[in-house]
Amino acid sequence: MSSLMAEMTERALARNIPLSVQLDLTYRCNERCVHCYLDHDDHGEMTTAEIKHLLAEMADAGVFFLTLSGGEIFLRKDFFEILEYARLDLNFSVKLKTNAIMIHEREAARLRDIGVESIQISIYSHRPEVHDAITLVPGSLRRSLDAARFLKSQGLRVTLANVLMHQNLGDYQGVRALAQELGIESTLDPTITPMMDGDRSILSMGVGLDTLRGLFRQEELVGDVDEFCAIAPLDEDALSARPCSAGHSACYVSPYGDVFPCVQFPLPTGNVRKQRFVDIWRHSDQMNEVRSIRLKDLTSCSSCVHGTSCTRCPGLAYMEGNMRGPSSQDCEKSFARTGVPSANMLAKKRAPANLVQIRVLPAAVNAPASA
Amino acid sequence: MSRLYIGRNPRVAARSIDGEMMIMSGRDSTLFTLNKTATILWQAADGATPLDQIVDQKICTEFEVSSADALKDAETLARELASHEILEISEQPIAARRSSGESR
Repeated sequence: MSSLMAEMTERALARNIPLSVQLDLTYRCNERCVHCYLDHDDHGEMTTAEIKHLLAEMADAGVFFLTLSGGEIFLRKDFFEILEYARLDLNFSVKLKTNAIMIHEREAARLRDIGVESIQISIYSHRPEVHDAITLVPGSLRRSLDAARFLKSQGLRVTLANVLMHQNLGDYQGVRALAQELGIESTLDPTITPMMDGDRSILSMGVGLDTLRGLFRQEELVGDVDEFCAIAPLDEDALSARPCSAGHSACYVSPYGDVFPCVQFPLPTGNVRKQRFVDIWRHSDQMNEVRSIRLKDLTSCSSCVHGTSCTRCPGLAYMEGNMRGPSSQDCEKSFARTGVPSANMLAKKRAPANLVQIRVLPAAVNAPASA
Repeated sequence: MSRLYIGRNPRVAARSIDGEMMIMSGRDSTLFTLNKTATILWQAADGATPLDQIVDQKICTEFEVSSADALKDAETLARELASHEILEISEQPIAARRSSGESR
């Protein structure tokens, strides 16, 4: 983070300004990715007027970085109207997340004219048979990559975002090579998010410890391996630190106007159809509860050796049952990174297994039967 | 001497954070903060009002400075902002843009 960016973030935190917002314009999608956490039916998306009103409220509240995502954003017929309003009337810095299969030369040129900060395209493999088997749309890899080329040719910043799972385990280097060939960036994320309704079955697609261990020791992915895999000391400063930006300088708004601390933190805090955005941000009890939590308040993590360097996601912890508890997925990552089990993992190991319950029977029952 | 007109580059992102104007370049995403004078120029840069008029109405009323000195400094500042593609400068009025973000 640049020093100016750090200064801007500090100022936003001090003044309780929501610097960054992700707004999902729709949950509808033209792909059916096997690992997706969303329900793709339309349960009453905000109208164009409602979204424009919300964007104006967000600009007044100080939001600067706006991510438009979904679902597939280009499925909204008013997408360019919304984008132009956000960029040209309200001066947001806008990032887009899309599968890009509806972007052709004309759309790419229009995005250049409007001036978006970056476009993130989901790519799961360099091989059509793997990528298309994940999106369940034949031809989707070719269409997404064509779009990446159109966008790149317009001088736009493009990133290929890859989610690692069993289905594409061997292909992440192929995606990286593809990005390099196109002259664009790529990211790799081994996190599978539970369904928004709490269903955790899709987590079984996530890669195991051995794979994570291997990934975390690759310099081209993590930089300095020794530094990445080191355990940072847990001191007073760390214990008083904010867990992440969710609810502090960032939040998420669904297509139905529900406001959450983060896209991965489905704790309802209010709805912009009923309240002003800034009132939810400033006064929601739930948002303020999230905001009040520091590392020292966490039940298991506050005494964990990984407390400082863990990537613990409070949203994943919430979905596991306790926003002050550990996120098992991140415990596994810390273990894979360092080889040292987390406090949560050790506690689970000490706990009696659920399947074998040995209880001491009451004395009367234990006594030999009398003749 | 010809008059200068300044307009906001529509490709930048901008927001006033706690009274300080933050600008992100559309060219390379570099982040800038504008000082008080630059913020006045940014907010007044509608493409239609000549720079000397902006200086007289917005800067000389704010700072104890002569009109000639203020205009000279404002021109230098406007050209610097233009070099970062934050402002556009022209000797003709600049076509009206959609941006109305001066108040945000």
